[in-house]
Amino acid sequence: MTDHSNPSMRSPLGRAKGLGSSRSGVSHWWMQRLTAMGMVPLVLYCLIGFLCFADASEAAARAWIAQPFNSVALILLLGTGFYHAALGLQVVIEDYISSESRRILMLAFMKMLMTAFAAFSIYSVLLITLTNGA
Amino acid sequence: MAEFTLPKHSKVKKGKIHPAPKEAENTKTFNIYRWSPDDDENPRMDSYTIDLDDCGPMVLDALIKIKGEQDQTVTFRRSCREGICGSCSMNIDGTNTLACLKPIDEVKGDVTITPLPHMPVIKDLVPDLSHAYAQLQSIEPWLKSDTPAPENEERRQSPSEREELDGMWECVLCFSCSTACPSYWWNGDKYLGPAVLLQAYRWIADSRDESTGERLDALEDPFRLYRCHTIMNCTKTCPKGLNPGKAIAKIKKMQLERH
Repeated sequence: MTDHSNPSMRSPLGRAKGLGSSRSGVSHWWMQRLTAMGMVPLVLYCLIGFLCFADASEAAARAWIAQPFNSVALILLLGTGFYHAALGLQVVIEDYISSESRRILMLAFMKMLMTAFAAFSIYSVLLITLTNGA
Repeated sequence: MAEFTLPKHSKVKKGKIHPAPKEAENTKTFNIYRWSPDDDENPRMDSYTIDLDDCGPMVLDALIKIKGEQDQTVTFRRSCREGICGSCSMNIDGTNTLACLKPIDEVKGDVTITPLPHMPVIKDLVPDLSHAYAQLQSIEPWLKSDTPAPENEERRQSPSEREELDGMWECVLCFSCSTACPSYWWNGDKYLGPAVLLQAYRWIADSRDESTGERLDALEDPFRLYRCHTIMNCTKTCPKGLNPGKAIAKIKKMQLERH
């Protein structure tokens, strides 16, 4: 955009070319779609599982999580889910935060937060599984 | 910090009223955005009521009539008056389109006309498109081939290869689509926007071009290409009925193919 409040002597073409293409973006775009597709069966499986013991006691819930197939499904769902969330939030931040420095900081903070969420939730599942639902 | 107030001189005010001639029976009112860089005034909406019985059918006809008969200072771009040159793109009744292709009777009530959204205004209905034109130049919209052209002959293309270019060569570069795209509003400094991406694909899809790889390299960027979130305002607004959204999807598909 021609910034009329801060006139520059740079040519419009120079401004349009800027720093050039970053040669990245396909991976991000494709992973966002792959994780979305992957989550469909995982969400369905875990949702049905949870609904089946929704009225049950905490012990029953722990026992359900501790079953190998269930805990693997949960870990996959949590990993994919937080990865998908990080990819999606990255798009939101890139869209709306125009200040370069603030955008880089927010992206870093968001990715750390999502990684921490994933680690914490997966650790919780493992804790229940490895203590055999007790 | 976020800015919650508009900068000085950006509030649009009510402007002058130009009534229709007394003998006019079939009238229509046009509310037109006015702003001049030469005075220190706010933008305003001037209102012009014209005699429809003495006017051509399109919004551009009305603008030319207003400029000729009521107010010579109304400023807008126009040339071919038949949807080929792409000069008279503006926002009419809330939609970006070409004034020469927009029938007046398609608008119920008063006709509101403003410049293409989110571009710097040079005067009245004339936006500054220099950045958009520079972006077009940056994708090198011309045939690039290492194979020399056959002597005294054109570079050949099969009918089906030629068909690939249908829906793209028709673009008149009016930038109605780019200026209707929220992603282009927020990140137009780097995002190329639908008009330029459609042109980029026009050369990627050309069977005679030998720079497909370099063209895809130059586009693979979170801002240049992937700011497109398939909002589809571009396709909805295109006055020529083209589909820039589909062209962008095809570029993304090709990026994945070589990933």
